[in-house]
Amino acid sequence: MQRVLALGMVLAIGALLVFTVSTNLLPFGSFPMRKIGENFENSIGQHILENAPQQTGAANVVTSVVWGYRGYDTLGEVTVLFAAVVGVVTIFRTFRRRE
Amino acid sequence: MAGMTVIVRTIARLLFPFTFLFGVYIVLHGHLTPGGGFPGGVIIASSVIMLLLAYGIERTQKRVGFLQAEVLESVGGLAIAVLGLFGLLLGIAFLQNVFPLGELGQLFSAGNLPLLYLGVGIKVTAGIILIFYAMLFAFRGEEK
Repeated sequence: MQRVLALGMVLAIGALLVFTVSTNLLPFGSFPMRKIGENFENSIGQHILENAPQQTGAANVVTSVVWGYRGYDTLGEVTVLFAAVVGVVTIFRTFRRRE
Repeated sequence: MAGMTVIVRTIARLLFPFTFLFGVYIVLHGHLTPGGGFPGGVIIASSVIMLLLAYGIERTQKRVGFLQAEVLESVGGLAIAVLGLFGLLLGIAFLQNVFPLGELGQLFSAGNLPLLYLGVGIKVTAGIILIFYAMLFAFRGEEK
């Protein structure tokens, strides 16, 4: 009984999600449409390319994306690097103690 | 590891300043040309590792020790966090630029982006050297 109920709930939620997404009841943010072809000036990449030098002052657009528009992402990358270094040092220290 | 022959040592000694300078150039021009803190840091670290391979651990360790690399790694990470907090303290947002933008294309421009890349460069350099040292010391059993 419980299993049937759970399965029914999962199916119902899935159907609801599919229905909501497919019928545009819930707008998925206001993300600009990206179309390769006639309508590409609407894309977010084009927007960044046009406005990055004025907004961040960096001549390199990649840098203004990496540290300007997506600073949090790069901060996470640096944290991952830190965790990797700490992990390697810890593992090899344990190695040495065993010998 | 006692180091290599005279030929390798001479070539490494001649190449080291250029490799190091190239890495520093890549880091400092991260906001102007392709590159940045991550590849520049790896180039600087590889120059130090080249010296280490040519001259042996004992002589290189006098210049760049394990503890120094550890401290530098933390300093680089801390610099990024502090630079991010500047924006928060002035009431804008975390990691938001608070310095003047300057002229487009100049070395001293783009506010805090070169400073952030400098922090990343220090951090990556120290991190790669630290990983190399850790693997090396695991099978030697001494650490200063």
